[in-house]
Amino acid sequence: MNSMNNSSPILENRPKLPVYLDYQATTPCDPRVVQAMLPYFTEKFGNPHSRNHSYGWESEEAVEKARAQIAALIGADEKEIIFTSGATESNNLAIKGVAHFQKDRKNHIITVVTEHKCVLDSCRHLELEGFKVTYLPVKQDGLLDLEVLKAAITDQTAIVSVMAVNNEIGVIQPIAEIGAICRERGVVFHTDAAQAAGKIPLDVNAMKIDLMSISGHKIYGPKGIGALYVRRKPRVRMEAMIHGGGQERGFRSGTLPTPLCVGLGEACAIAQKEMGSEAERLKSLRDRLFSGLKAKLPDIYLNGDLDQRIPGNLNISFAYVEGEGLMMGIKELAVSSGSACTSASLEPSYVLRALGVEEELAHTSLRLGLGRFSTEQDVDYAIEHIVQAVARLREMSPLWEMAQEGIDIKSIEWAEH
Amino acid sequence: MQRAIYMDWNATAPVRPEAARAVLSALEDVGNPSSVHGFGRNARKLMEEARVKLANRVGAKVENVIFTSGGTEANTLALRSGGERRLIVSAIEHDSVLKPAVAAGASVAKVDRNGVVDLDHLRSLVKQDARPALVSLMLANNETGVLQPVADAAEMAHAHGALLHCDAAQALGRINVDLSALGADSLTVSGHKLGAPQGVGALVTNGTPVSALLLGGGQERSRRAGTENVPAIAGFGAAVAAIDLAASANVAHLRDALEQRLVAWDSSVTVFGRDVARLPNTLCFTAGEKSAETLVMALDLAGIAVSAGSACSSGKVRPSHVVTAMGYDVAEAGTALRVSLGETNTESDIDAFMAAWKRIQAPVATQIQPAA
Repeated sequence: MNSMNNSSPILENRPKLPVYLDYQATTPCDPRVVQAMLPYFTEKFGNPHSRNHSYGWESEEAVEKARAQIAALIGADEKEIIFTSGATESNNLAIKGVAHFQKDRKNHIITVVTEHKCVLDSCRHLELEGFKVTYLPVKQDGLLDLEVLKAAITDQTAIVSVMAVNNEIGVIQPIAEIGAICRERGVVFHTDAAQAAGKIPLDVNAMKIDLMSISGHKIYGPKGIGALYVRRKPRVRMEAMIHGGGQERGFRSGTLPTPLCVGLGEACAIAQKEMGSEAERLKSLRDRLFSGLKAKLPDIYLNGDLDQRIPGNLNISFAYVEGEGLMMGIKELAVSSGSACTSASLEPSYVLRALGVEEELAHTSLRLGLGRFSTEQDVDYAIEHIVQAVARLREMSPLWEMAQEGIDIKSIEWAEH
Repeated sequence: MQRAIYMDWNATAPVRPEAARAVLSALEDVGNPSSVHGFGRNARKLMEEARVKLANRVGAKVENVIFTSGGTEANTLALRSGGERRLIVSAIEHDSVLKPAVAAGASVAKVDRNGVVDLDHLRSLVKQDARPALVSLMLANNETGVLQPVADAAEMAHAHGALLHCDAAQALGRINVDLSALGADSLTVSGHKLGAPQGVGALVTNGTPVSALLLGGGQERSRRAGTENVPAIAGFGAAVAAIDLAASANVAHLRDALEQRLVAWDSSVTVFGRDVARLPNTLCFTAGEKSAETLVMALDLAGIAVSAGSACSSGKVRPSHVVTAMGYDVAEAGTALRVSLGETNTESDIDAFMAAWKRIQAPVATQIQPAA
């Protein structure tokens, strides 16, 4: 059956179903990355910390090559890269690690309301321990107001943590400007670059970044591996979370998973090489998707700034449809209504609420993530199916009907239940 | 070039073919297990199947298996879950337990000359203070392979209101490991010691509360945030399902043969823990004054990979804290070699080891000097 389908000229241009449009949740591991990792599972399986035999040495060499590949992507020195189990661990380590080290000197932390949950939860935990945390608002476009940041920094501020790219709306924060402000005020600057590394150019020196979190599975590398860039000059001091064998300069104990380290390194090397052309390709796909939807559907709203945004992301609210119904109507598309971590919950996205998006619109948003394996066919298929689903839901919606009749829905005073 | 014979399975084990297939297959899929769409659900299914396999293997409830990045993280999670409890650990625990525990002011229980924890001393430490304690006692030592009386320690601990955490990283896959038979409140297991890939482990509990180390998305029932390492977890499940304790008996046979031949050739060889129950695969011994470092290097040149103590001590080699805790002096501890075998080792590996060993240990005059 399959071979018949595949050979049919009519079906040739059809995308592989369901269409994966959730590249901010996770990305497929690039086959080149898988190839690079394979020998380190079975044949070259040594413990990279075994100092006394060749199995250990070849693993160690592979880990160090990967470290250098990661460093090269962000303009760092390889000695400044610490392997972790992922960006969640990197973010926990950076924020709690600096705070705990500074606790007798400085007790204030600054972050932003639209950060990833693992940053916000780390900060909330530190509040319970007695730290003061300022959660900065964002503007309607999702970006941080630098004047608001400047005003929030005090001589008690230990660390500022601002993500480079938001996981839901894809907006790029003014990282270089934030870095300059933090450096001038003598505050450690951490950025969660899980969604940014490999997608936009990053340079830890030009941007004056002190700590940077990187995720493997967001950049076509494997899950279960991430990195934390830790600046050496001027040295960032922090307390470790996981103690033991003293690996990773004492910042992170535990046997390094050689194949996963190799995979992250290779993923970074590929991203570095292909970032420019890939960004252009994705931007054109993204523009095709957005204009295709806009052309056929009125009353749709882009959440977050369009220009200061990674090319592979759209986050759109569809007025006059109901969120669950919309998701059910596009079953052939793998998309998300918010971040993957919170996708099981029916709460509207806290990121969209922070932008001031109305409750109804926040409930009907879709995050459309494009990536390395997305095609024009995928995009056209998505346009067709989203348009169909939205049109059908609107036909059934009394609110849509009223809106078409020119009734201002906000002016209606609903009876209390 | 022919590869060295690998006899360092306690440092890390090669990935089993079943596990490698599971990892590769999962690597070819896409999907975040937290996503609600089909890709996400498939990833979650892989992960949950592995969770069931591990839970069944160690006799725990499925919901009490918390996947981590490895044994070190699982131990860290277990210790911090003790909260305000005072810590009591054995002197031969792995560094991931011993170092943070000692830094937090833990009491340290002695071991005897065979490397078995002194239960009387442990009991006195538990009883000496009315505050509730958390005892951490490993099931099998990573250097000597000596098994610890965990079930007895757990019973004693519970009788005095203490909890017991057991680091079973070296035990799972080599001997039977059963949470309820041990009576432990929590158990650390590690993937790469039993043929799963590096980068995955688990903390398994009997329902005792866990205080999350990594905060964020609500993964692992809010006990461990972070996108789960699905391929490695799938490989872990496959490796656990492939555990064959009958094969361990064969490994024990090889280990015993090597031990007998070593002692027969040189009666001055001291085998640590020889009189007590050990892992079937581990042989830790000293044979005179040559430093373990020198011997390991010489064996490596002869094509045999073994280790001096544990692999985890990055940086300079130091004498084993395990062997010194057994009452040997620092000089003796510095000569301790660890040979740890696995399922793919054969009798000819043992022959090769003995041949290399005799060349290395023979008086210089009788050695055939290689051409410069």
